[in-house]
Amino acid sequence: MPTAKEHILARVRANKPADRPLPDMPTYDAEVDLDLPLFTEVIGGSKGKVMAMEDLPGYLATNFPDAKVIASTVPEIPGNIDLAAVKDPLELALVDIAVLRGRFAVAENGAIWVTEKEAVIRVLPFITQHLVLVIDGGVVPTMHEAYKSIDIAETGFGVFIAGPSKTADIEQSLVIGAHGPRSLGVVFV
Amino acid sequence: MTVALFIPCYIDQFYPKAGIATLELLEKYGCTVVFPREQTCCGQPLGNSGMEKEARPIYEHFVETFKSFDYVVCPSGSCVYQIRHHYEALEQTPDVVALRENTYELADFLVNVLGVTEVNASFPHRVGIHNSCHGLRGLRLGQGSERVGEAFSHYKYLLGMVDGIELVTLERSDECCGFGGTFAVNQPELSTKMGRDRIADHLAHDSEVITSGDMSCLMHMEGLIRREGKPLRVMHVAEILNSQKV
Amino acid sequence: MQNHASRAATFLKDDARTDWHNNTLWHVRSKRDKLVHGIPEWESIRQLGSDIKDNVLSNLDTYLEQFVAKAEANGVIVHWAVDAKEHNEIVHGILARHKVDKIVKSKSMLTEECHLNEHLEKHGIEVVDTDLGERIIQLKKEPPSHIVMPAIHLKKEEIGELFHEHLGTEKGASDPQYLTEAARGHLREKFLSAKAAITGVNFAVAETGGVVVCTNEGNADMGVHLAPVQIHCMGIEKVIPRAEHLAVFTRLLGRSATGQPITIYTSHHHRPKVGGEMHIVLVDNGRTKQLGREDFRNSLKCIRCGACMNTCPIYRRSGGHSYDHTIPGPIGSILSPGKDLKKNKDLPFASTLCGSCSDVCPVKIDIHEQLYKWRQIVSEEGHLENVKSIPLAGAGAVLSRGGLYNFMGKAARTALKIAPRALIYNQFNAWGQSRELPEVPKNSFKEWYAKNRKDA
Repeated sequence: MPTAKEHILARVRANKPADRPLPDMPTYDAEVDLDLPLFTEVIGGSKGKVMAMEDLPGYLATNFPDAKVIASTVPEIPGNIDLAAVKDPLELALVDIAVLRGRFAVAENGAIWVTEKEAVIRVLPFITQHLVLVIDGGVVPTMHEAYKSIDIAETGFGVFIAGPSKTADIEQSLVIGAHGPRSLGVVFV
Repeated sequence: MTVALFIPCYIDQFYPKAGIATLELLEKYGCTVVFPREQTCCGQPLGNSGMEKEARPIYEHFVETFKSFDYVVCPSGSCVYQIRHHYEALEQTPDVVALRENTYELADFLVNVLGVTEVNASFPHRVGIHNSCHGLRGLRLGQGSERVGEAFSHYKYLLGMVDGIELVTLERSDECCGFGGTFAVNQPELSTKMGRDRIADHLAHDSEVITSGDMSCLMHMEGLIRREGKPLRVMHVAEILNSQKV
Repeated sequence: MQNHASRAATFLKDDARTDWHNNTLWHVRSKRDKLVHGIPEWESIRQLGSDIKDNVLSNLDTYLEQFVAKAEANGVIVHWAVDAKEHNEIVHGILARHKVDKIVKSKSMLTEECHLNEHLEKHGIEVVDTDLGERIIQLKKEPPSHIVMPAIHLKKEEIGELFHEHLGTEKGASDPQYLTEAARGHLREKFLSAKAAITGVNFAVAETGGVVVCTNEGNADMGVHLAPVQIHCMGIEKVIPRAEHLAVFTRLLGRSATGQPITIYTSHHHRPKVGGEMHIVLVDNGRTKQLGREDFRNSLKCIRCGACMNTCPIYRRSGGHSYDHTIPGPIGSILSPGKDLKKNKDLPFASTLCGSCSDVCPVKIDIHEQLYKWRQIVSEEGHLENVKSIPLAGAGAVLSRGGLYNFMGKAARTALKIAPRALIYNQFNAWGQSRELPEVPKNSFKEWYAKNRKDA
């Protein structure tokens, strides 16, 4: 008896249409100068906030005065938990603020590429109440350039993050802070 | 230029004035118009109902009736769409291929074959255009709101040249009216609701007249307008383009 | 017997609610319009999406084999399921091996299609849907009414009532912010205690062996990164050739679905986390059959954005439940007849063939053409209801003969003129219940022409 795999593949081979070529991927003219202003506008539309590194400490102190647990991989912001010592992701349940590195940003949609390396522990950018991403790789215009510049399989997990967590599942009313971070700060260095 | 006029069955039976306006308009633009007496219907009601097999004799009758003409012009986007698109079900003989190419919706013919740049008509009223789905998305007589690209509309272009006319901007420029052929009687509640919503959009923007290139959409909406006593009337685009200059 | 028409009629009885539903979805369509009109190359990206998917369908076996080889090399455990039953057994088998009694699940239309929840619950496993909309309908014990916004048919007051009952929110409270916060607290507990997490899959990349999952809430990531066992369930058609193609599909998906430039999270899973286990379940369940139907195979290009529902004037005014199928709306109406023609024979007719669905579709599926073609099959296989076919069959005979048509037309117009109003506008006349018939003119066009033109 054939395995499910053999059965399915045999049926695909029997039923698939004649070969259709894979299209060439075009390049679109990007207005490079506009990348950072566009990114700032788009991420703003998704309730993310772009700021300078020198403003970050003030931003955190003003907006999250009661934050107790801070995870940081950025020297400018000292954290108070040792991420290297975390054995179980559940230990991160009480993180108030995470300040992590992001690789680069995408202007057209506000997305920021973060891999397992920057996240340290996969769940961290999701479980934290508030997230700040510090980007040192600049901005690319569209997702075409974005995917050209990364190897998605470089680490076991990578994610484009394009704002704080949100939902509109109740009557299409936008609510920020569904399951993940309630805010997103973005710093370019 | 000699053109054969195809008058859809419901225009023939219920809205002859739309047919007359089409005929007179084509003559005004210098066409010699022939009206083949044996014509009946494009077969769409059957095709849309899943009965394309039963519709084939009608398709064949249509081809037989019109195959000898250089152009066939019809004041209905829906019927022309049926011929252009669904007559692919027939064997593609040279007659069928030529007929599918040369059958034109009226506005399409005026703009793209005759190259009309002037309209000698006057209609001092607020007019809302109802884009029929088959005309808009089937024949691409204008740019649908779904698609990205340069905005255009053959109806808007032609009607815009009529003296005194005020074209109304609607909230939903190209939503379906809910006629849908047999849909109107198979799902009367939905069909009615869709029609009422379109009429409400026109009333909210003070249309006096709803015009369209498809009398079937208008027949459905007129049925609701008359039943509910709404202050609106319906006219085929040809009637407005053919209206006398004061 | 219930069908789309009767369920729609029931939905329409509440006119104000129908307007609300219609306007809410139109708002989503408008947001989509606003965004896509800002992208000059939009139509060419749609074409690319369509062409890539054409290539996928014509090489699906090769891409699947490549995908699986890569995934296994990455340390992922891959399973194949011929049908829903096998899929459910595989998932249950994984959970049973790990003695898991509580799982969290993010949105997956595939697991809806397979009725996975019922299967797992039967085996004593608690399944918690973590997408807010999914959780709402799970508590309400209803199927989703939309593939992207599962609870779009419910009003906030109804959700407030539901949450009061299940989550202990204040009675009468209906503020979305407040209700979402309550769900966040409730579901966070579930995330922290789940031993396994299941997600759907938006795209699977053959070149790298990874799966991509898109959410706004972050619920899929909360689930899979906290639970030791992660399971990704996908239909075999979800595979795409290369990572660079994700650019095309991520540009299309968020904009088409909800009018946002991209989903907040686009997560790429390639290898299990340290100490964790990662499974991918590949499911056929009728897809290879659909692949063999020339006229209908490109329905498999669907990326589940839901844009065809938001734009559909029928869907907006009849609600997702009126379709009585896991995937409602236009795309559901071309997928469902292939699964069960007899049960779903009415769905290809739940349309005016207005074509808006095909024009919003980000991968250019010719949805309304396929509706037309399914109608022909429904008719050929004898499922057409008599009320539809009998009068029309007569029309075929009349309309294929000019002379007979002219005679019948005159007879009908005469009859309409002389018949008493009660005979025309009665409860059996689906037209006349709400609409007047056109006023009958003295002459038909043909008669006018004969009198007024010499050549006649």
